[in-house]
Amino acid sequence: MDLISFLYENFTHITWQMPVMWAIGGILIFLAIKKDMEPTLLLPMGFGAIMVNLPFSGAVTQYRNAAGEIISKAQYDSLIEQGLEAEIEEGMLSVLFNAGIANELFPLILFIGIGAMIDFGPILTNPKLMIFGAAAQFGIFFTLCMASMFFDINDAASIGIIGAADGPTSIVVANKLGSNYLPAIMVAAYSYMALVPIIQPPVIKLLTTKKERMIRMPYEQKSVSKLTRILFPIIITAVAGLVAPSSVSLVGCLMFGNLIRECGVLNQLSETAQKVLANLITIFLGITIASQMQGEQFLDINTLLILGLGLVAFIFDTAFGVVFAKFLNLFLKKKINPMIGAAGISAFPMSGRIVHKMGLAEDNQNFLLMHSIGVNVSGQIASVIAGGLILNFFM
Amino acid sequence: MNFNPMNFITNLSYMLKGMIGIFVVIGVIILITVLLNKFTGGKK
Repeated sequence: MDLISFLYENFTHITWQMPVMWAIGGILIFLAIKKDMEPTLLLPMGFGAIMVNLPFSGAVTQYRNAAGEIISKAQYDSLIEQGLEAEIEEGMLSVLFNAGIANELFPLILFIGIGAMIDFGPILTNPKLMIFGAAAQFGIFFTLCMASMFFDINDAASIGIIGAADGPTSIVVANKLGSNYLPAIMVAAYSYMALVPIIQPPVIKLLTTKKERMIRMPYEQKSVSKLTRILFPIIITAVAGLVAPSSVSLVGCLMFGNLIRECGVLNQLSETAQKVLANLITIFLGITIASQMQGEQFLDINTLLILGLGLVAFIFDTAFGVVFAKFLNLFLKKKINPMIGAAGISAFPMSGRIVHKMGLAEDNQNFLLMHSIGVNVSGQIASVIAGGLILNFFM
Repeated sequence: MNFNPMNFITNLSYMLKGMIGIFVVIGVIILITVLLNKFTGGKK
């Protein structure tokens, strides 16, 4: 019997949290494959959640005492303090976490790829649209206040930034502020980004009348010079950096990627940044974040609370964007469709498309796409600046 | 985790500062973009 006991002895170390995390991992994989919800991130996160929740998983760092028994990190630290023998077996995902997430390298490199993908043309032709990007960051600060009722201020700010609707910004801010809830924040940020088509329409409908949703906004095609496209990312980096120095790495990477795209002499680098670089980082990003989804830490009331607060952030981003557009309409002769205010969140291009589709649903000749995409792009800039401001407040 | 509802009121100042900050920065960016378009427009 002892000859085969090694086959089943690990089963006795399965805790109740492990099957729950396998189920969560399974749900994430299901949503990614079946519902096509942010599959590039939810699938690696789901698979990683299963990998790290197996007994004594070699995917994450394990600690052993002199007798070779697995011990916790706290026990390991205590043994080392006492000068006793203990050893570390580094796991691949923990190594990746320290190399790419703990120092914010992966999300920042991903930002170069995202910057290379973005065409700032719609906001360069109609810069006024950017004001809606600013308004739709309200959910971040409202959620910060809400979260501060339950968490310390650095954790509350990290939870608030879920409202940026921008995964890399959430990772950088939560990491820099030393939040203990990075995995829950990541799961919330990426899940709600994928759920934007479900979250936004009811909020928009609740706050607008049919007549308002039918307001048409003619689009005037204007050309933007190449010099403007080149100077824009450089100047934005300088302005954001002067106001919020902590945002330089975030804004800088985004704008560097965009400069590669727009300069016209680095087309191969631009293509690499948009495709190969972004894909490579994305593969490692999701699965590395999952290294922090160990059941013992992940499954508690705080995670549920963070998921709830993340939803609040997205709802209030959307609501304030719409209400702000309605407020501006009080003073404007040429009315704007208040739905475009909702596109000011950073979830690109989902949010812009939703507003366009809702406009078409009310009036099949109401084409809002160029305006809503413009607002959506400005939301990307505004969310990064909001992240920088939060870092300035709390670092 | 402690529930402290007064923290909501206390931290409203961050909401005010944050929203003013973001509107000011975006306002400056809008202004710069308008000027950029004005001075570099037409050169393609």
